[in-house]
Amino acid sequence: MMSEDYKSTGIIRKEDIEIPDDERLRKGPVVIIECVENIPCDPCVATCPKDAISMKEITDVPNIDFEDCIGCALCVTECPGLAIFVVDCSYSEEKCKITVPYEYLPVPEEGDEVQALNRKGEMVQKAEVTKVRKSGKTYGITIEVDKDNVWHVRGLEVIE
Amino acid sequence: MSERRIFEHPILDFDRGNEFYFDFEGKKVKAYEGETIASALYADGLRKFTESKKLERPRGFFCAIGKCSSCLMSVDGRPNVRTCVTPAKQGMEVKRHGPKAKFPEIDIGRGKDRVEKEIEIAIIGGGPAGLMAGIVAARNGADVHLFDEGDSLGGQLVKQTHQFFGSHKEDAGTRGIDIGDDMVEEAREVGVEIHTESKVLGYYPEKKVAIEANGRLEIYDSEGIVYAGGAVEDYLSFENNDLPGVYGAGGVQTLMNEEGIVPGEKVLMVGSGNVGVIVSYQLLQADVEVVEIIEALPEIGAYQVHASKVRRAGVPISTSHTIKKAIGEEQVEGAVIQKIDENWNPIEGTEREVECDVICLAVGLSPDVGFLRQADCEMDYVPELGGFVPLRTEEMMTTNRGIYVAGDAAGIEEATVAALEGKIAGAAVYEEIKGETEDTKKSKKEAQQGLKQMRKGPYGEAPRQGVKTCTVDEEVCG
Repeated sequence: MMSEDYKSTGIIRKEDIEIPDDERLRKGPVVIIECVENIPCDPCVATCPKDAISMKEITDVPNIDFEDCIGCALCVTECPGLAIFVVDCSYSEEKCKITVPYEYLPVPEEGDEVQALNRKGEMVQKAEVTKVRKSGKTYGITIEVDKDNVWHVRGLEVIE
Repeated sequence: MSERRIFEHPILDFDRGNEFYFDFEGKKVKAYEGETIASALYADGLRKFTESKKLERPRGFFCAIGKCSSCLMSVDGRPNVRTCVTPAKQGMEVKRHGPKAKFPEIDIGRGKDRVEKEIEIAIIGGGPAGLMAGIVAARNGADVHLFDEGDSLGGQLVKQTHQFFGSHKEDAGTRGIDIGDDMVEEAREVGVEIHTESKVLGYYPEKKVAIEANGRLEIYDSEGIVYAGGAVEDYLSFENNDLPGVYGAGGVQTLMNEEGIVPGEKVLMVGSGNVGVIVSYQLLQADVEVVEIIEALPEIGAYQVHASKVRRAGVPISTSHTIKKAIGEEQVEGAVIQKIDENWNPIEGTEREVECDVICLAVGLSPDVGFLRQADCEMDYVPELGGFVPLRTEEMMTTNRGIYVAGDAAGIEEATVAALEGKIAGAAVYEEIKGETEDTKKSKKEAQQGLKQMRKGPYGEAPRQGVKTCTVDEEVCG
């Protein structure tokens, strides 16, 4: 194994995951699943209202049909690994939205400006919260970021 | 001193009972109904709970589940009380007595009102394995008594604030805390007789379980036993590893998620397995800083998704690192960590000081099998399952016929597996005593299939192999 892969860093790289093509990204919001190991876990499959996520065995990596996915983000708050995100790059040339799972306090509100964080927890840019959805105790928080940052931003921190 | 109790938490609600005071060495200490003595003292700032026998070094809070002896104190004149599992009560008098407690002069009632009772099934341990075993046996109509030393049930589930992995059918996506509550409720509904604050003292032939409860000795003469006593945390040797502030991951979880008290301000996590990484995440949720996670192996042990979650929160994970020593006199004030090479030798010149007031050890668990040894169950050392485990049949029967095992005591895995094993053991012990029913057959079959599923994939390799080595045919059982 390479020394800089996720097993030694805990950080997923773009080449580790399956991502939709540009055409699909332009169509509307779509799921990005950053779950790459054969672990025994399947709530995402049961959650998807469009059956866009499938597995033969519980230890399979989720198999995603990007055409069937409607980007509803229900799976974002159901994934026990908090490894599912939804990106929407369909509505602007400069901006994208990304929905991230969030289980900390305080919880941001729509319209708030927050710090967008990358996979190492480093600040990437300031971003506006466009939507806050709660399922159980987990929030799915949608923020708007610069298009260049959509593959880097995976978390957020409330500015106090 | 800053407030150690958690009042706002993203996942947990701490419904504290009434506030009251008890006496600690002449000082009034605040506690809330439901808190243990040790927790209330910890929240009050106490770090030295007892001291070591020879060198009189300070000893602090450690396991928080009644397994170690770091918190023994005198309560109302009664020595060697495990303050971490004893609820605080208004007006009680608590004193430290060090390692050499004197025989009490007061009458503590030992030996009086001894109770002996015949029962059908004794379940030892009220975690997911024991609860599930009790549920299956009781819903088929057996007389089931479940014993747990804590004041509430759920075992380690009650500390698991994260959503569970595993199959959607087996409660995945549900938080451990909620699964625990549901199981306790179901156990009560189907008629499991639950004995909390009931410490199992030992096994006596034939299938007698000696319990200390209600200040007396109680002996339950049973026809079948399911032992689900869980596990104990492993330790790590390094300089000053006995300082208060060096805690087991389970102890930190108990304090933080059950009692609602933060262990400190800055935590160094030792061990990057699922436990270490999940507890790190829980610390962050309780607004505690995790300064670093260190791992001796060159790779992170936890599932990638867990590791990614704490990395996103800015917590560094340093692989090929070990802890050299804890810094501090009376309690942890920091740590020295060091790189190690591929042969586990420390690399000189790579020492680095880390500022922290808690060193949390998440370096593994070992099955707690003392009771089964006493019952003459044959053991085998199975590293894949965490140490010595009892030989068992596919139906979880040990080599002492009629005594079953389930959960971490049968091998270190996780809560879903524990519940499935409990389901098998509960059905099998029922069948052994009272014969098969449709439900016992179905329960066993479903749970066996579930276990197979859970142990699939690369992460299931170790338990799969481990279970294979210690599974025996029924003829071996006495």
